[in-house]
Amino acid sequence: MERLPSWLRGHLAALRAVIVLTLLTGVLYPLAVTGVAQAFFGGRADGSLLSSGGRQVGSAVVGQSFTDQRGEPVRRYFQSRPSAAGYDMLATAASNLGPEDVVDTLPDPAGADDAAREGSRSLLTQVCARSAAIGRLEGVSGARPYCTPDGVGAVLKVFPATGTPTRAVSVNQACPAAPFLARYQGVAVECGRPGEDYAAGRTVPVRGSAPIPVVPADAVTASGSGLDPDISVAYARLQAPRVAGERGIALARVFTLIEEHTTGRGLGFMGEPAVNVLRLNLALDRG
Amino acid sequence: MSATVTGSLFVVSLVAALALAHRPFGDYMARVYGGTRHNVVERGVYRLVGVRADAEQRWPVYARSLLAFSAVSILFVYAMQRLQDRLWLSLGYPAVPDHVAWNTAVSFVTNTNWQAYSGESTMGYLVQMSALAVQNFVSAAAGMAVAIALVRGFARNRAGTIGNFWVDLVRGTVRVLLPIAFAGALVLVAGGVVQNLFWPHEVTTLTGGAQVVTGGPVASQEAIKELGTNGGGFYNTNSAHPFENPATWTNWFEILLLTVIPFSLPRTFGRMVGQVRQGYAIVAVMATIALASVVLTNVFELTSTATVPQAVGAAMEGKEVRFGVPGSATFAAATTLTSTGAVNSFHDSFTPFGGMMTLFNMMLGEVAPGGVGTGLYGMLVLAVITVFVAGLMVGRTPEYLGKRVGAREIKLASLYFLVTPVLVLVGTAVAMGNQAGLAAMLNGGPHGLSEILYAFTSASNNNGSAFGGVTVNTPWYDVALGLCMAFGRFLPIIFILALAGSLAAQAPVPESAGTLPTHRPQFVGMVVGVTLILVALTFLPSLALGPLAEGLS
Repeated sequence: MERLPSWLRGHLAALRAVIVLTLLTGVLYPLAVTGVAQAFFGGRADGSLLSSGGRQVGSAVVGQSFTDQRGEPVRRYFQSRPSAAGYDMLATAASNLGPEDVVDTLPDPAGADDAAREGSRSLLTQVCARSAAIGRLEGVSGARPYCTPDGVGAVLKVFPATGTPTRAVSVNQACPAAPFLARYQGVAVECGRPGEDYAAGRTVPVRGSAPIPVVPADAVTASGSGLDPDISVAYARLQAPRVAGERGIALARVFTLIEEHTTGRGLGFMGEPAVNVLRLNLALDRG
Repeated sequence: MSATVTGSLFVVSLVAALALAHRPFGDYMARVYGGTRHNVVERGVYRLVGVRADAEQRWPVYARSLLAFSAVSILFVYAMQRLQDRLWLSLGYPAVPDHVAWNTAVSFVTNTNWQAYSGESTMGYLVQMSALAVQNFVSAAAGMAVAIALVRGFARNRAGTIGNFWVDLVRGTVRVLLPIAFAGALVLVAGGVVQNLFWPHEVTTLTGGAQVVTGGPVASQEAIKELGTNGGGFYNTNSAHPFENPATWTNWFEILLLTVIPFSLPRTFGRMVGQVRQGYAIVAVMATIALASVVLTNVFELTSTATVPQAVGAAMEGKEVRFGVPGSATFAAATTLTSTGAVNSFHDSFTPFGGMMTLFNMMLGEVAPGGVGTGLYGMLVLAVITVFVAGLMVGRTPEYLGKRVGAREIKLASLYFLVTPVLVLVGTAVAMGNQAGLAAMLNGGPHGLSEILYAFTSASNNNGSAFGGVTVNTPWYDVALGLCMAFGRFLPIIFILALAGSLAAQAPVPESAGTLPTHRPQFVGMVVGVTLILVALTFLPSLALGPLAEGLS
């Protein structure tokens, strides 16, 4: 070995260092942590699994959908937040859509490819649609600022991009829908025609006169993990009358259960109070 | 309590914990790197590796050792991924495609942990714990080794050598990272992070649907991922995933883990150069910038006037209920101020100015406090540049810690500083100029430019976080960003080690009336100013086209 050129000797030392350090930090260390974790925190190390009637139903720290086979909410259960991953642990994801993602691509039956035929909904329209749907489910108003009454983003494209408007289009409302606004600065507002390119116009989101929304923020946004196990206390209380009605139990009892399954802020100041949806629903099933 | 109060307490409690840890932990690291004794594990490692632990190295030898170690590491991690279907614990996943394997190998060896793959559906457990997590340890230890070598450059006089890379690497791993990671991993398991070797198994949900519950040695990887400012998640959604970060307090603990070494190393520096107050000056610069950035990120996230946050009523898209807006904003600032790049909320969906802060933090060069080791050496270069600028302004002799800042030193410092802007701006320009680059954008308009700019900033600064909408698992991006990560890591390291060698060889300059004091608030303010001005001059035009255009329109 001493006869080898020095640069090669250096690489041999490097190779041996990689192997030795791999054994130390890549085999011994994780196995030691696994051993101690399994010995002292077995349940948590295995994923905090919850059982009902003798079978595992999911993890206490991971969210799941409480919907039927058609994707409709099961009315006697509290509903989780929207998820960009559909609560699939093999495909965790966030939407990654930006704060000014407000213009939809309307589905165009005559489109050239699948993407054009299906269209795509902007983050704003997704928020408005969720709010409207939850409003219907819970029997409350789903109205929000920047949303049309029919549950899409209230957004105009105004032409020309600068100067006095000569044309205004409500781009997220496909014809023959009636635009949410009849006139904009003296110009009649048109409905959006699928397939037409409005990119050249100026984007004008319209706030409208909606009051403070009844449907809370976490109910209309997708979480970062796509697996959020929690909902806000406000969203739980919004759902309580429906769940109580479906199950024929007193509303006060449901409010008590919500309180029992609310995790406060860590040490009183870390994070936000949160209601664990799976634990709450399991408690309801136990009666 | 309102979000403002709890968010403030969250930050204040972190600052208090760091202030408590700073002194004892910094002193401990000074003893680790300054000592002459080798413990029994280390002696075993040196024997197996075949290095003479007591032989000191000149800077070119030190650099060659580090580069050789990194080159072999890249090949090893690449090979493990390409062969994973023939190894144990693959979970049945096929070999990782070549361009993804190259990108991932470079990414983990350079302490970037940019992820062009989705953890839960690409990597088996063996690759995660015996290839990727190993680099979490050793790339962090290598970064600390380079910082310590530079500190020795300041501390030594008329010396030809700057230490021994193998000794620094092994000591950092065995005495600093391993014990804390072990304890940290168990704390995380107690909070609900999983640590098992089960294969994914299906359960029937309450409404009769199916959900596959994943497993894995997650806590052991999570602890070192934060402690080593690596940031590569076991799962795709990283520290937002409840199996990686299940509780409000694990979130706090993970932020502490990812900041504790970078904020303690200035103390180590002060100890090793024999002037503790110089360490305080450096940590004061880091803390000033970091606090300002954390506060601004929180304010922007809590008060945005952007359309979607207004419609929603809060910037909750891409955030978890348990963390809330402040717990997410503070994590985002901490992960980009260090070179971690782990995320507990998705930066692409942040408010325009909140997202801009995460970009700006990385553009600062990740020096406040920066990655483990990389933050300290980056900040020391800025101190050298400040001394030089101050010297030009008032006609004083530029010197720092008794070392003259001459032509050779300032050339190396400037070259160090120029590497990442060149990579970021040229990389973004090339991406915007060809179809393969443009096709990756998810959002249109200025936000699309921000996505690409963020990708190159993150890769070149070895951060690893992403404006996640960008589709980067294409061969073009895997190769381009892989090159940015490699050059962004190793070119600066070579300049730092050359600077260390040059400083160590100098004879000390006796302090005189013309010496600029470098431990006073005045100097702290000047370093902050130089840092902000250098970064603003370099990156303002690109920020104006991206997040500023989006936020002001």
